[in-house]
Amino acid sequence: MKIGVIKESSAGETRVAGTPATVAQLVKLGYDVVVESGAGVASSFTDEAYVEAGAATGTHAEAWGADVVLKVNAPTSDEIGLLADGATLVSLIAPALNEALVDELAQRNLTVLAMDAVPRISRAQSMDVLSSMANIAGYRAVVEAAHEFGRFFTGQVTAAGKVPPAKVLVAGAGVAGLAAIGAASSLGAIVRATDPRPEVADQVKSIGGEYLKVDVEQEVSTDGYAKATSEDYDRRAAEIYSEQAADVDIIITTALIPGRAAPRLITEADVAAMKPGSVIVDMAAAQGGNVAGSVAGEKVVTDNGVTILGYTDLAGRLPTQASQLYGQNLVNLLKLVTPGKDGELTLDFDDVVQRGVTVVRDGEKTWPPPPVNVSAAPAAAPAVAEAKKAEEKPPPNPAVKWAVMGAGVLALFLITAFAPGELPKHFTVLMLSVVIGFYVIGNVAHALHTPLMSVTNAISGIIVVGAMLQIGGSTYGDNGTVIGVLSFVAILVASINVFGGFAVTRRMLSMFSK
Amino acid sequence: MSTLSATNAAYLVAALLFILSLAGLSKHETSRNGVLYGIVGMTVALVSTFVLLADKADSKPVLFLLLAVAIGAAIGLWQARIVEMTGMPELIAMLHSFVGLAAVLVGWNSYLAHESFASDSLENIHHAEIFIGIFIGAVTFTGSIVANLKLSAKMKSAPLMLPGKNAINLGSLALFAVLTGWFVATPNLGLLIAVTALALALGWHLVASIGGGDMPVVVSMLNSYSGWAAAASGFLLDNDLLIVTGALVGSSGAYLSYIMCQAMNRSFISVIAGGFGLEVSSSDDTDYGEHRETNAEDVADLLKNASSVVITPGYGMAVAQAQYPVADLTKKLRERGVDVKFGIHPVAGRLPGHMNVLLAEAKVPYDIVLEMDEVNDDLAEVDVVLVIGANDTVNPAAAEDPSSPIAGMPVLRVWESKDVIVFKRSMAAGYAGVQNPLFFRDNTQMLFGDAKDRVEDIIRAL
Repeated sequence: MKIGVIKESSAGETRVAGTPATVAQLVKLGYDVVVESGAGVASSFTDEAYVEAGAATGTHAEAWGADVVLKVNAPTSDEIGLLADGATLVSLIAPALNEALVDELAQRNLTVLAMDAVPRISRAQSMDVLSSMANIAGYRAVVEAAHEFGRFFTGQVTAAGKVPPAKVLVAGAGVAGLAAIGAASSLGAIVRATDPRPEVADQVKSIGGEYLKVDVEQEVSTDGYAKATSEDYDRRAAEIYSEQAADVDIIITTALIPGRAAPRLITEADVAAMKPGSVIVDMAAAQGGNVAGSVAGEKVVTDNGVTILGYTDLAGRLPTQASQLYGQNLVNLLKLVTPGKDGELTLDFDDVVQRGVTVVRDGEKTWPPPPVNVSAAPAAAPAVAEAKKAEEKPPPNPAVKWAVMGAGVLALFLITAFAPGELPKHFTVLMLSVVIGFYVIGNVAHALHTPLMSVTNAISGIIVVGAMLQIGGSTYGDNGTVIGVLSFVAILVASINVFGGFAVTRRMLSMFSK
Repeated sequence: MSTLSATNAAYLVAALLFILSLAGLSKHETSRNGVLYGIVGMTVALVSTFVLLADKADSKPVLFLLLAVAIGAAIGLWQARIVEMTGMPELIAMLHSFVGLAAVLVGWNSYLAHESFASDSLENIHHAEIFIGIFIGAVTFTGSIVANLKLSAKMKSAPLMLPGKNAINLGSLALFAVLTGWFVATPNLGLLIAVTALALALGWHLVASIGGGDMPVVVSMLNSYSGWAAAASGFLLDNDLLIVTGALVGSSGAYLSYIMCQAMNRSFISVIAGGFGLEVSSSDDTDYGEHRETNAEDVADLLKNASSVVITPGYGMAVAQAQYPVADLTKKLRERGVDVKFGIHPVAGRLPGHMNVLLAEAKVPYDIVLEMDEVNDDLAEVDVVLVIGANDTVNPAAAEDPSSPIAGMPVLRVWESKDVIVFKRSMAAGYAGVQNPLFFRDNTQMLFGDAKDRVEDIIRAL
């Protein structure tokens, strides 16, 4: 089949759905690839680079006429008209918000895969465009903030005086939030983060942020997305935001709830409380904004000198990287739907990933898909069970321990005191040897356990001496033959032990090298 | 100086050399000398015994003795030469059974010899000693054979669950006590046969009811038993060398098992008493989500860009004979400046220190092979952890899920690192039969297939 990579038509779009690196992988999957001439220019990919990677360059119409059309943004009505009958379109669709677009696509005999509808399960992470774009956007948000911010991020002590580190608050520790936390903390800033999902606390900590906990019970997310929050929670969270706004220099908000307007986190009063020169990046500006006064796509400076950035094209501001990751997401999806690696696209609706991304199949609307549950939720039981276990094992009673030890010593004393003949002497030898045995190997290196065991095994072959003493006895009378045979066997097997044990230990030790 | 007193002096020297041998074996630097001491000690003991015999016996038994030693030596040396390092646990278990068998035979001989005694009480003690010697020897014999069969996978590794097995074990001990009393009163061959059969059956049952996961402890415990068997024979024959050596081996083996039980958080008593009080683990059908698969090229990329890598091998590495490619991979990564370390769980493999032996065989320098406690706290700083054929020893359930059958067992906390690559043949559960939530973590990727082939693929991709 033929794949077409389109030159994006929307204003300001810098990304492209295929890079030379990803196109080469598509060719490997068995597809013929046509790249619209000049498609990669905005992302710094030349036509020649695509040709080198094994693709052909073609006109606008040629690319649109392919069997599979790869695109970044949702198509316009005109563009839908360019698609061939039975073609497959893969792009961002936002089916939950663009019901009309899905209906329009379903009027044609098309198959449409929405890259932003990939279910959030581990296996599908490699195709999750929202994650890969959010990652870039989070990073870029920090860079934009740093650009507007009049100070260093990192604290320094210089000859010209002490520089305090910048304090950054990141609202929402999703993919974008985590990327922002990571970028800001690696620039040296003090980073704090909030999120209604308590389970992200560790993730925040792991990349250098401090998690600000809202002390209100919250439901654990089952689908990997944040949910709308309770009233109690909102009140407490608002207090935290107000406290933080007065303290921090930079706020980056990333709070989005799927299929709804973005929650308002930072009020006008919060903005007014910030220090002049502070910067806010509202990454949710396109969905209505987390910050009062943010304007989608614009930079706004408030009366008190706070800069609010509402850029909606943060990912597109790193076009080369964004195209590469988006293109790789596409490749991963195509790998999944091209099981034979023969350039034939086949959809398997039993697979939740393929079912999830398909919004239109052969002209039939298949949106919304059945819900997929990601069991990222840990069981809530452990705390209870742990308490129970602690009860089960009371510490051993010291009196019992002493009593057992006393009984043991007494028993040994009695045996030795009353034993006749050679026995007491043997017991002395035995006890001393037991103690020596314990102490001698007390600090054995773990790596030497096997050689030690093998050498003690060889040494326990000393029993051969016992058998030897028996074979030599000539005073056994009528049982002499039986004893001779038994001793012979005993000597034989014990000798295997002695010689085998030492030889194998030597072999093992000769392999240890520093 | 008579031959007898010379022999006793030689025995003392031999006993001291054995102590030095064990002491030497606790450190790498002195380990080779340790083995040398052991060999010299054994030679001294054997030669002096031989001289004693040659002095007083006629030539026929001496010839037979030489023949038996020669055959035994040939078999032993041959086995030691051909054994694969991965087959070491089976071999050692097999060797233990020989000591047990020898102890049984020595006990039988002592009875058949009908020695005369100065007093009745001495004779009674002698008979009790015969029984004890045979009992310990026979338990060691069959126990070691079962351990050998389980380790070489000729027998199912799952614990044998006879109803009332604790009662069987305790009942056997009680029966043994009764038989001993009876035998002391009226010594006869029938009772001797009965106690031998009882001990053989008990040894079989003890080890058969211990799961394969506990085999390292069992092998070490059998090592200890074989020592006690030798000590019991020493009492029987009035021979201090046997008592000293047997007690040394017995107590050091017991201590070694104890260290290992602690490492696994298992009760020492329950392991030596044959799965005593072991509960059948309930199967759980928790949904752990989905695992993520990766391929050798991606792993190679990941390793190339990592600055620190920890490899945690398990029995799977031994089975796949992957130690050589793993060593090769280590060398290549180190040449690129990647900090590679090995994290060895105390019970990884089927024998304590099994992994160390395998890695040493493949010439991995031992100063980068670390114990669990040495790496565990650093794992959070590590970029990539390669879990090669390990399962239960890296199971987060042990640390986090108190209802898990392996709860509380110290494990390598590999999941704290940035990325975890698990080499595995399939999604099957590990030796303990417990599902591993590690495989379903977000930072875990599975690399399926034979560990050796996969590691070689990665080396090629590098």
